[in-house]
Amino acid sequence: MQLLIYIVKRFLQTIPLLFIVSIMGFMLIKASPVDPLGELRLNPSISKQTLEAEKIRLGLDKPVLVQYGLWLGNFVKGDMGICTTGEKVSDKLKERIPNTLLLTITVIFFTWLAGIPLGIVAALNKGKPLDRMLTVLSSIGMAIPSFFFALLMLIFAVKSGWFPTGGLTSYNHASLTAFGKFIDIAKHLVLPTLVLFTISLSGLQRQMRSNLLDVMESDYVKYARAKGLSETKVIFKHALRNAINPLVTLLGFEFASLLSGAALTEFVFQYPGLGRLILEAVLKSDINLVMASLMIGTVMLVAGNLLADILLKIVDPRVEAL
Amino acid sequence: MQISKNGIFKQMMKDKFAAAAFWVLVGLYLAVFCAVFIAPYSSDYADRQAAYAPPSKIYIINEFGKLSKPYTYNYIRSFDEKTFKIKYTEDRTKKYAVKYFSKGYQYKIFGRIPFDRHFISVEDGGKLHILGTDINGRDNFSRLLFGGQISLTVGFLALFICFPIGLLYGGISGYLGGKVDFAMMRIAEAIMSIPSFYLLIILASILPAGMTSIQRFSLIVAILAFIGWAGFARVIRGMVLSLKEQDFVTAAEALGASKLRIIVKHILPQTMSYVIVAMTLSIPSYILSESGLSFLGLGIQQPDASWGNMLKEAQEFVNITSRPWLLMPGFLIFVAVLAFNVIGDTIRDIVDPKSKVR
Repeated sequence: MQLLIYIVKRFLQTIPLLFIVSIMGFMLIKASPVDPLGELRLNPSISKQTLEAEKIRLGLDKPVLVQYGLWLGNFVKGDMGICTTGEKVSDKLKERIPNTLLLTITVIFFTWLAGIPLGIVAALNKGKPLDRMLTVLSSIGMAIPSFFFALLMLIFAVKSGWFPTGGLTSYNHASLTAFGKFIDIAKHLVLPTLVLFTISLSGLQRQMRSNLLDVMESDYVKYARAKGLSETKVIFKHALRNAINPLVTLLGFEFASLLSGAALTEFVFQYPGLGRLILEAVLKSDINLVMASLMIGTVMLVAGNLLADILLKIVDPRVEAL
Repeated sequence: MQISKNGIFKQMMKDKFAAAAFWVLVGLYLAVFCAVFIAPYSSDYADRQAAYAPPSKIYIINEFGKLSKPYTYNYIRSFDEKTFKIKYTEDRTKKYAVKYFSKGYQYKIFGRIPFDRHFISVEDGGKLHILGTDINGRDNFSRLLFGGQISLTVGFLALFICFPIGLLYGGISGYLGGKVDFAMMRIAEAIMSIPSFYLLIILASILPAGMTSIQRFSLIVAILAFIGWAGFARVIRGMVLSLKEQDFVTAAEALGASKLRIIVKHILPQTMSYVIVAMTLSIPSYILSESGLSFLGLGIQQPDASWGNMLKEAQEFVNITSRPWLLMPGFLIFVAVLAFNVIGDTIRDIVDPKSKVR
């Protein structure tokens, strides 16, 4: 019951947040000198009627506040207008969001799979050569610019020919069997995942290391040792559980930074994700698309944080709502 | 914990890695600061006939196997009609001596004192491209130095806008508390909820076209600062919440100090050790943001150089496989960021060994 109240409370908190973001985003875009229908007008395949309909839908002849109201109403109903290419924005988003989620979740999965053991190893060997080496490696991982690393990986892909150099599917994807499709996508995911994995691994590994070191100093671990428990038991039964808790909050942050960080990697690998979509939209000054993807990106980030908070509440009931 | 600034620096230099990182940064900043002196070519030099020329080889052992003064050969450009590729081959007929501290084009030190000596250059008629040239035949090495002036200063400038704002905002919010705090924090949270890179590219894209490069540069600094302040303000606010309960604040209140004075003079100085660490650790993220933005073509624009927009060229497949010297800016970004991170980590360990700041 307590958990349910917490969830509802946290959920209600996100609504004003999204509201403020939408106002800020809208005002920002209104402040830009771009004509919202300019690109549409230039596209010969867009009919006059569509243009007029779009003009009325956006309320371009009305004051800004009314325009915002119209936009908000439409957005909540799921009507996000059309792109400069004439496609519906919502269709485009539907196509891109799963791709971004696929990449992000794969990266988080592998990061946790590798980051936690490495953090533990580093903490248990504190000050020894192995720990020093891991620290140096994680510094390197943190410092390498994602787009530069992505470029290096592209060189590797081109020279070795082992991996495709971009996109998410091969040209013959539709004709493959279910298993073949899976392999095809996995092959395309390897390099972008590797880039983002390297960059987010270091943070997690360091956090895990310092958490575990903190916990090892605490009284209950000393007590467990004093009781005569074996070192393995002390670490895995007592210390580790409490060391992992703070990482759950990190999960939310990680999701957020991946959403952002993935944009450049998506760009280099021509990966059809949300980050590249918003980038293309910005470059083509496709206002509808920019606004919609900004909002969706924010919703995803907020949802990620929300999930992390709820998860933390489940694993550690002592946490209280803000 | 109070450690004098001098003490922090001394302790930092005891760490081998941090000391090395410090000297690397000193070297980098010195090099870009003296860019006009070190660079063999001026920032607007371009030779269309020498696009993508490979790095010049500098020889110190001559064709007879004897040690000689450093010299280089020019490249001859030829077109291979079978492969449709432009080829560069060394013209072994004429040597060009590499000269140090010799006279070259005129420039002004600090924009004032006219000077014409250059650290490295080559005899008349020779071409010295230490790191090759780009698509417009511009000297990569010189442009790296000029680009570094932008890439390495953007972070610092943004920092000096972002941190005072964050400090004041967090200070006011935490000290006043109540409804003001609630409203201020919701706004900060809203900014933090937008994926920062999305916000960055949107802000960069609404910059009007046709600005001078100085205007563009300062607006990009402003944008970077705008993205960064919110998260920082939130942490400061948390610290202020606990600091304001302490006796010295009550004492200042009893003496009748104004609210702003209490925040600025009494509370905020207590957050100094956190601020120093957070500042050092956030420079790299500014460098990365600027270069990422320029890499996408939304930041510093051609013909001005920045490490990000220089790397943009390296994106094409032909370039990354056969012209590796174009990747140099990425390597320099990596080195600078690594050095700042190492120093930041070391300072953090000194100032606050138990800190959770990352």
